Order: sequence, then C-alpha cells, then structure tokens
Amino acid sequence: MILIAIILLGAIGAISAIMLYAASKKFEVYEDPRIAQVQEVLPGANCGGCGHPGCSGFASACVKADTLEGLLCPVGGMPVMSKVAAVLGKEVVNTEPMVAVVRCNGTCEARPRINSYNGVKKCSIASTLYGGETGCSFGCLGFGDCEAACNFDAIHVNPATGLPEVDEDKCTSCGACVKACPKGIIQLRKKGPKSRRIFVSCMNKDKGAVARKACTNACIGCGKCAKECQFDAITVENNLAYIDFNKCRLCRKCVAVCPTGAIHELNFPPRKEVATPTADKVQPATAPKAVTTTAPKAEVKAPAAEIKASEAEKKAPVAEATAPKISEETNQNKI
Amino acid sequence: MLKQLLQKYQKKQIKIKSNNMLRTFRIGGIHPPENKLSAGKKITVLAAPKQVIIPLGQHIGAPAQAVVQKGDVVKVGTLIAKAGGFVSANIHSSVSGKVNKIDNALDASGYKRPAIFIDVDGDEWEETIDRSDTLVKECSLSAKEIVAKIAQAGIVGMGGATFPTQVKLTPPPGSKADIIIVNAVECEPYLTADHSLILEKAEQILVGTSLLMKAVDVNRAVIGIENNKPDAIALLQELAGNYKGIDIMPLKMKYPQGGEKQLIDAVANRQVKSGALPISEGAIVQNVGTVYAIYEAVQKNKPLFERVVTVTGKSVANPSNFLVRIGTPVSVLIDAAGGIPEDTGKIINGGPMMGKALMSTDVPVTKGSSGILLLTRKESERKPASDCIRCGKCIDVCPMGLNPTLLMNATEFKNWELAEKNHITDCIECGSCIYTCPAYRPLLDYIRSGKGTVMNIIRTRKATK
Amino acid sequence: MENKLIVSPSPHIHGGDSISKNMYGVLIALIPAFLVSLYFFGLGALIVTVTSVFFCVLFEYLIAKFILKKEPTITDGSAILTGVLLAFNLPSNLPVWIIMIGALAAIGIGKMSFGGLGKNIFNPALTGRIFLLISFPAQMTTWPLVDSLNPFPMTYTDANTGATVLSLMNEHALDKLPSLSDMLIGNMGGSLGEVCAVALLLGFVYMLWKKIITWHIPVSILVTVFVFTGIMHLANPAAYASPFVHLLTGGLMLGSIFMATDYVTSPMSKGGMIVYGVGIGILTTLIRLFGSYPEGMSFAIFIMNGVTPLINTFMQPKHFGGKKA
Repeated sequence: MILIAIILLGAIGAISAIMLYAASKKFEVYEDPRIAQVQEVLPGANCGGCGHPGCSGFASACVKADTLEGLLCPVGGMPVMSKVAAVLGKEVVNTEPMVAVVRCNGTCEARPRINSYNGVKKCSIASTLYGGETGCSFGCLGFGDCEAACNFDAIHVNPATGLPEVDEDKCTSCGACVKACPKGIIQLRKKGPKSRRIFVSCMNKDKGAVARKACTNACIGCGKCAKECQFDAITVENNLAYIDFNKCRLCRKCVAVCPTGAIHELNFPPRKEVATPTADKVQPATAPKAVTTTAPKAEVKAPAAEIKASEAEKKAPVAEATAPKISEETNQNKI
Repeated sequence: MLKQLLQKYQKKQIKIKSNNMLRTFRIGGIHPPENKLSAGKKITVLAAPKQVIIPLGQHIGAPAQAVVQKGDVVKVGTLIAKAGGFVSANIHSSVSGKVNKIDNALDASGYKRPAIFIDVDGDEWEETIDRSDTLVKECSLSAKEIVAKIAQAGIVGMGGATFPTQVKLTPPPGSKADIIIVNAVECEPYLTADHSLILEKAEQILVGTSLLMKAVDVNRAVIGIENNKPDAIALLQELAGNYKGIDIMPLKMKYPQGGEKQLIDAVANRQVKSGALPISEGAIVQNVGTVYAIYEAVQKNKPLFERVVTVTGKSVANPSNFLVRIGTPVSVLIDAAGGIPEDTGKIINGGPMMGKALMSTDVPVTKGSSGILLLTRKESERKPASDCIRCGKCIDVCPMGLNPTLLMNATEFKNWELAEKNHITDCIECGSCIYTCPAYRPLLDYIRSGKGTVMNIIRTRKATK
Repeated sequence: MENKLIVSPSPHIHGGDSISKNMYGVLIALIPAFLVSLYFFGLGALIVTVTSVFFCVLFEYLIAKFILKKEPTITDGSAILTGVLLAFNLPSNLPVWIIMIGALAAIGIGKMSFGGLGKNIFNPALTGRIFLLISFPAQMTTWPLVDSLNPFPMTYTDANTGATVLSLMNEHALDKLPSLSDMLIGNMGGSLGEVCAVALLLGFVYMLWKKIITWHIPVSILVTVFVFTGIMHLANPAAYASPFVHLLTGGLMLGSIFMATDYVTSPMSKGGMIVYGVGIGILTTLIRLFGSYPEGMSFAIFIMNGVTPLINTFMQPKHFGGKKA
C-alpha cells in the first residue's frame, strides 16, 4: 500500500515538474542579462528618485542608453554610478550631489497663528482649503506630508519651530518630499563644497510690509541682496528674492546685508566680529532671535542693566515697582 | 396689494395641496435640523460702509479685469471691471466714491486675491438705473438682447456657485432647453435669504422668470420650492396664475435638493448623466435670487451690485436678512445683527453644509454670499475620527449614488484609477457623507482632494492625446 | 473675542450619530429577548450572559492595551454587544470556563487579530460560537428542558436536558414537534436568545425605528428560507417540516436580525445586502435539510461573511444618471 502511494505521489510530482518546465520555456521572456548585473550594484531602495520606476527600471534605462549622461542614482551617488559604468563598459559622468532644502523660516515665534485649523492634519488637504493658520499664505503648514513621504528618515518636523528639518547626511535627494509639499517650499539644491550652501528661506510674494507683519523672518523684497551680489546670482521677482545655486559662489555678502535675515547660510565657519551699522542681525538657520554680530553692543548694554538691577536690589522696598520694568528692558536688549 | 396678500397668507394656516404627493430627488439625501432662525424677518437695507473691497474673482471662470485706476471717481452702478474671457462676468461698483487702490485682499477663498478698494462718498447712482418701485411687466427686447443685457449687468448664479449666467443661457450648438427651473428650494439649514426675497418680490420674480423663458425660447417654467415655506408657496401660487407657462411645485424637504442635478431629478424626473451638463437633459436651472437680479437688470437697467444676505446663528442677537452692497466687509453685517457673540467658534460664508469657514471678519461680501453663519464653539467641535465600521450609511445618503468610504480609501492610498472608475469626479461636495458617518471620518475632505487630483490627471490625459 | 476663529473644511455640522449610539441601540433591542431568556432559563441565563459580557470586555481591554498597544475602546459598546450575542448563542447550562474560552476566541481571534473594530472579516460572536461548537460538541448540544409553567428556574449546569426542535427534525421525528404557538413564544429547547421569535421581532422593529439597520438583510434571509423550505415541504410533507416551523426554530430569527446585520461583516450597498441575504438563506436551508448538522445558520452566515468583500466590490450602489454619458 505504501509503495503504491509513493509511486503515485512521485508520478504526480514528476508530471507537474515537466509541465512547469515546459511552461517556463514556452512563456519565457528574454531579458538582457546585463540588466540583472546592473541591478546587483544598485542600492535596491526602489525610491524612484532617479525618475525611473524602481531599480529594475533604472537598470534597463542604463543598459538601453548610449551614455550615462542624465542617469544618476541619487541614493548611491557617484560610487554606485562608477560601478554601473564598470559593469556596462561605459564612461561615468560626474554630477553634483544635491540635497533637499526647506525654504521657509516661519517658526512658531516668528509667524504667530491667527486662527485654529480643525480639519484633517495633512498639508495636501489643508492647502486646498486656505492659506494656513498664520498670516502668511505661502509658508509651511507644518503637518508633515514631507516627513511621511520620505523613505530615508531624512526630514522631520521639529515640534518647537513647526518647520521640517533636513538631515543632510541621510538625504538622498530622491525628490519625494519636493513632490509631497503642496506649496513648493522644498527644493533640491546643490549640496555645495563642504556641504555649504546659501538660499533665501522664504516663499512670501506679498508686498514687504504685509509679509513682515505676518512673519518677522520674511523676505520683504527690498533688493539689497541683488544689488550686493557681484555674480548676478540673485533675482527679485514678486517681492521675493531667489538665489540661483548654479551661479552662487558662496561669498556670503548677501547674507550680511539682508535686513530681516531671510537669507540663510549653512555649514559656514562663524564670522569675525564686525561693528555693523544696523542692529538685529540673525545667525544661521537654527536660532530664530539670537544676537551674534551685535554681540559687542549687547555686552555693553547688559552690564548697564545689571548695574541697574543691583541698584534696584539695594532699594529693595521701592525696587519692587521698578523691577518688572527693568526685566522688560533686559529682555528687549536680547532681541 | 402685495402687503395685503402677504398678511392674508401669513395669518392663515394654508394647507399645501396633497402632502403625500410631494416629489423629491430619488437617490440619497439627509434631513438636518432647519434652524431657520431668521425666517419671516423683513429685509433690512444696510447702508454702505466706509470702504468696500470688491474682489475681481467673484465668479467661476477668468477673473474680471479692472477698468478703473487709483483716484477714479465712480457712482453706484459704474462698470469697474470687464469680463476677462468667455466664462467670466462684469463687475460694477456698489457705492459712489473714489477708488482707493487695486491690491490683494483676503477673500472667502482663504487666499489673498486682487480686489478694488473704494472709499465711499455719498450714494449717487448712475442715471440710467430706474430706481422706482413700479412693476414693469412688458419687455420688447429680443432673446439675444435680453441675454446681452444680462451679460452686461454682470449677473452670476447667486445660489453660491456664481456661474456666469449669460454662459448658461447660451447653450452649445445642438442642445436646446425645454424647461426653466427656478431654484427657490433653499435646502441649507439657517439660510432664509431666498425665502424673504420671495415674500417681498414675488411678482418681480415671476416677471424675471418670463424674461428667462423668452431668452432661451422655452414655454414651460417650474419654480421648485420646499415645503417648509408655506407662505411663499401660497403667495406664488396665487400670483402665478397671471403668467403663462409658470408652475409652482412644492417639494418634500430633503438636503441637498438645491443641488442643480438633484432639483432637475425632483422637478422633471430626469437624471443628468455623469460628466454631462444639465442642458443635455433640456433643463436650465437658475436660483431665485438670480432671477430677481435678471428682472432688475433687464427692466430697470440695474446691474448686479447688491444682494440679500442672511446673518444668523444660535448666539446672534438679531438674526436678520440684510440687503447688502457687494464689497461690504463681513464685520459690518455682524455688527448690524447685534455684534459678534462671545462664544463664536466659526464664521461661515454660506450655509453650514457647504459654506466656507472664514479666517477673519475683514473678508468682503461677494455676489455668491448667501449667508453669514456664526456657529458657537460647541457646535464647531469636530470629534476625533475612528476607523471605518463599514456600516454603509454614507452610501445610503450620497445623492449622487457614490461610495464615499471607498473613494476616501482610494484617495488616502493614492489609487487614482480606482477613484476615477468609481466616479469621484461626480461628487457635488454636499457633505451628506460626513454628516451621517458615525465614526466621524473626514470623508469629504479626502474626496475633495482626490477629486482635484483626478481632474488634473484627466485634463493632462486629454491634453496629451 | 480672545479665542481664535476655527477654520475647517465644510460641512460644519454633524448629525450626531456615533458608533456607541448604534451599539447601545442594538443592546436595547436585545432586552426583550434577554427577559424571555430569564423567564425560561432562569439563573443559567443570567450567569451565562454576565460571564460572557465580562470576559469579552476584559479580553478586549487586555489585548488592546498590552498586545496591540492601542487605546482600548471598550466604551463604544461593541465588546459588550459581542458578549451578549455570544451568550444568546449558547445553551444556558454551559460551564463558565467554556464561556471564557468562547469569549477569548470571539474577541481575540474573531476581532482583535484582524486589527480591531471595523477590520474583521467574520462576525466575532459567530466566530466564538463556531469555535465552541467544534471544540466542545457535547456540551454545546445538550439543551436544558423548558417549561413555560415553571418560570425563572434556579438551575444552572444541573438542569434537565432534552432535544430541540431542530434535532428532532434531523432525526425526521416530525410528529414529536411542539405546536406553532409554543414555538412562537419560546416554549421549546434551544440557546438563550433564539427561542422567542416575538421578542426578537420586537427588537427588529425597534432597530428599524431608530434607523440602526434596514429591512433588507433579515427580510431577504427569511423570505428565501420560507420559499425553499416551502417548496420542499410541498414536495414531501412527511419528510420535511412546514416552512413556518423552519422560520421559528433554531437560530434563524436571532441570526437574521442580529448576527447577519452586523455592520462590519455585511455588505454596504442595498443590492449587495439582498444578495448576501439570499445566499445565507440558501446555505441555511441546504445545511438544515441535506447536511448532517441540525443547525445551519451559523455556518451559513460565516461563509457569506467571507463572500462579503467580493459582494462589496461588485455590487456598487446605483449611480446617479445611470451609465456614463
């Protein structure tokens, strides 16, 4: 009995194997073996950042193309492209690494809320309804569609400022966050030598006074930066300045003249102290209202305030009335 | 004579004939509480404010182009912006004074759009406008001339959709209308602007309807009106006898009966096919406020620059119907109704089902503002959403026969093919689905977003063909 | 006004319906059946119902909090409802430990393993009942005797047991059936909630009035069963009982009004509901008349629950305007 069962099952197995083999031969699709070889060296993230459908799509595009011009895997960068070139026997083309840049600095402090949004907390849905919870209808909504779109954990909304922040080590410039942002705030820009880059961190096209009223970090379209730039890299259109990253030479002169601090410089060494005529200068991106270039002035003022405070302490009973006022003054000095 | 008729009907309890034979649309619908707090209130004329802000994009289609500049002196009824294309409308000044500037201003859309700011000085009207109260029944103009006059007066759909009327009255070649339907339904809760207009200007509305019939060469018109306005129904029924071809049809109460397609289904028992216009079923629908504006434009040479707006809400001191000049900031209306209540949560331009929540009270009244509704903080609460329990209640109430929970899923997971296959573009955004959902899911928010994306996809597909 | 204006998309009002309103509404509709079960089964009914509800709520709370790590939603009434419906499907002399296992199967396997409310494919109470039926067939098919002249018996697991109508029909002993009037008011053996058709119909009317369910599923199931058993009875009255007997016995009434109409596991469109109901009716009749199990309702509903996603895909609601222009 066992023997019959074994023979029967063996026969069924053999027949099925023959049928599968015949089908695999008859319905086979020819694929260039080089596509599989190229796919081996690709990262395999299937993020679509190259513009092709997945890594297999990119691999077949590379095999079919004559040169590797215009074909770049942003995740793997130049090392991977050199490997692909080696596999295919083609020339490797040098392309600049890019990174995602968030062009809005409307933090919770700088850009106060004027209404309360009660709908679905998604940027795509909120932007179809209205301009947002603040007075600036061009700025970041803060609901994190970009964070949800990122496959590489490279962009996160900072709850303290309400704005997304890009981790430049993890960013692969695949462009998913750029597509996800309904307001076009995120842009892929050149990473720059030593990761240094300069950009206008504002999208507001309202007139200067209106923009400033809504957000203290806004670009008011005054044009000082465009006049200062010797390389013709800055254009001012619709009350908004824009720096062309292909022309920018990272000289930082525009950052120094911007009255609102809307132009940001990333990963530069701190400047030498210079006594500048205008007060209210802003340090690179992170701290919204800290004082740097006017540090000497502040230091001069602070001791005076301290003296005032100690005098007040001496006159303790009377000082209680004046003490609140003094603390207000010291606060104003810090701004 | 009108006043006597009105009093007669408001005192008697008029029974509308055959309640059980009342028609309504066939698919879906909900019954929100009426809350018609300002029903029966006479229309109060509101004086012009100190400055009006007239947006250039008050209608569907291309925004109008300004023909005045800073410093120009205008009178009431002066043309200040010309239509910017075929689907567009003229805009006229609603006040007399001087143009202050042409600048971006926040309007009901939630974004800043170009608008004309006029400082008000006196109340001088253009001489061509006939300001008398006498009813003018006769009209010797041809159909084309009537449509031209409507276009010239800048008349748009005043039910809220603001579609330029002259475009609706010029059907594409091959389509012919056979019935005019006047939308006096006012299905949204809280709003009573159309109701009060009918009570005070019933004869003018009937003359306007006959003008419309002449303009599109149609010999049948039906005024559809919901059953919760017995005084208006009785008044219209008595007066309609003097006008050939006009019937008054009381309809069973159901939201959203005022939607164009639903009204045609209710009145004429025809369902407009997916993607088609109402004219394909031979029907032209106009809001009763638009019909009144047509009467004023054709018979009194008065362009569209004022409209009846209901200001209402449970905490509002005096819910009322105001006759307001276009461009008046909403804050003026709220002050006239007793000031903004302490517990206001939302200020809505329109009704509670389809109106738009405003960001501030500096927003101006436009041609499509049928009401300003102030909801209390408690009413404005949106409970947190939970998962879909697949009860199917949203499917029961959708007036277009769609599957809202499937469409929301398709939008959430970006499955645009599935969304298009299930007719997401047919959604009229009435809000019945969210109203009914026991799990408080934001169905319409996602569907609206998905509808926009799918329409873009269809547009790009047609363009690249 | 210091508070900021709220801005959100339309619509700005809500009808006030909620999940808990619907669940508690169904519980209220089950009160007549519960009172009748107390009358006929006494202490046993009380113990079984309370135990089942307690364990269902407990397991849902524990699983949600410690395994799924989500906020437990026991206040929405769905766990209580599962507990009550599971109890109504059990005989009143079932020991507590078996009920506990049934509750674990119902909530753990039938509901939480799929992800919670709204995500399950099969009716949780039905999952629990079928699990118990297959695991403990002896205890699940010994029914206490019922005597309408001896209400509120204070017996539990020590009650006298006897055959139910369906088991008699399975043995083709049609002459030993109780009268129709007895079956209508529940003077027959069976599980807690299924005996009294009148009480269940009262609950049906209440749910229709409160718009919790619509008539489509229960009516299509009952009509289909009536028609098919009617045909078989006309063909061979000696072998097959009359359709009225079929309608009033077994879990048909309870199943069609309360179990098959569960929101999550039944189709969403009206046309789909009718197809679903007819399917359940046919399957129930087949299992009862030609299968070896006396009771077919549970399995019929279970199978059709599995077909529901397919019905949902193909039976879309009637579109405004008919076909595309």
